[in-house]
Amino acid sequence: MSSARKQVDKETSKQVMRALSLSQGNSRSVQFASILLAILWLTVSLFVQPVSAQGTTPTDDEVNKIAKQLYCPVCESTPLDVCPTEACRQWRDVIRTMLSEGRSEAEIKQHFVEQYGVRVLNEPPNRLVSYLVPGIAILLGAFMLLRGFQSWKKATVPGHTSIKEERAAKSPGEKYSDIQAREMKPAQDQYIARIEEELRKRNESSH
Amino acid sequence: MIDSPAPRRGVPIWIQIIVWAFLVGLLAIVGVGLNRAQQGTVQPGHSIDEFTLPLFSGYEMDGQTEVRIADLRGKVVVINFWASWCKPCEQEAAELQAAWEEYEPTGEVIFLGVDYVDTEPEARVYLKKFGISFPNGPDLATRISQYFRIAGVPETYFVDKDGVLQYVRVGPFTSIDQIREQIDPLLK
Repeated sequence: MSSARKQVDKETSKQVMRALSLSQGNSRSVQFASILLAILWLTVSLFVQPVSAQGTTPTDDEVNKIAKQLYCPVCESTPLDVCPTEACRQWRDVIRTMLSEGRSEAEIKQHFVEQYGVRVLNEPPNRLVSYLVPGIAILLGAFMLLRGFQSWKKATVPGHTSIKEERAAKSPGEKYSDIQAREMKPAQDQYIARIEEELRKRNESSH
Repeated sequence: MIDSPAPRRGVPIWIQIIVWAFLVGLLAIVGVGLNRAQQGTVQPGHSIDEFTLPLFSGYEMDGQTEVRIADLRGKVVVINFWASWCKPCEQEAAELQAAWEEYEPTGEVIFLGVDYVDTEPEARVYLKKFGISFPNGPDLATRISQYFRIAGVPETYFVDKDGVLQYVRVGPFTSIDQIREQIDPLLK
């Protein structure tokens, strides 16, 4: 009986030892899992941190950075960041709310354009037509003015030929200024000759 | 011998033309702007052809989320421009609602509230505060206000059954009688 008891005690102690070693192994696993979890939490929190920052209230500077690019139609010529009216205050609140929701500057501006029209922007959207139309308008105006000048230069009276056209017709290929210079030269020569003649006469009479 | 004077060299003609064209264009833009500013609102006699007003949820008309003015031919339409930030609008809000409650059962008159340059949360607070129940919606991209060339809020436009504008009220109504005076002749 005693030997049997001893045998039982041995078996029991073996089981206890096995259980103890198992529990030691388990505690190590738990420790290992805890460390892993801590590392994982730290890693995730590093990435999550910027996202949670978007949820914070934006500063006035952040709001005004966008607000200064917008104009409320009610208060023309006053940028939204300095406009004191109630309507503009509401708009600034909308910008603040959208920023806290993590919306980008472009998204916020697009929202205002959809709600209130493109005229709220401080500069027109970068479309080709925004720059093309004024250019075309200027060129068209220049062309019309050119045509206008050309028609003014021509005779205004029907059937009348200007002196310039007449002379140009007589001397094709020659510039009008050259024609004038050529025609002026004999007259100048005659004038000089006359002065010289009078001077000569005066000298003779004085002698 | 007399030297002929050297020909004067001025600004090339093409530069002169471009400068003049630019100035003429600038003047044209200023002129159009001034003309538009002096035009004022759309005048009575003008046919109100086409615009679509999206409606706030809870302020739909017969379950529809938007209303086309062309679909309202045969009814007198009262178009009221307002905003939650507009203090004078508050003066007439109760009168407009009372008039709506008076004419709604006839089915011959429709009131439309157009919320001008406003934010929806504040607009809803305003509508709730004054117990307004007629169809209301935002003036998206200020298309409707530009169509009517409104100068401010509140402004109210009365359109007859044929879609022709009959009366423009600039500023708030001070009594329900002022609203009746405009609607009743259009119902005859």
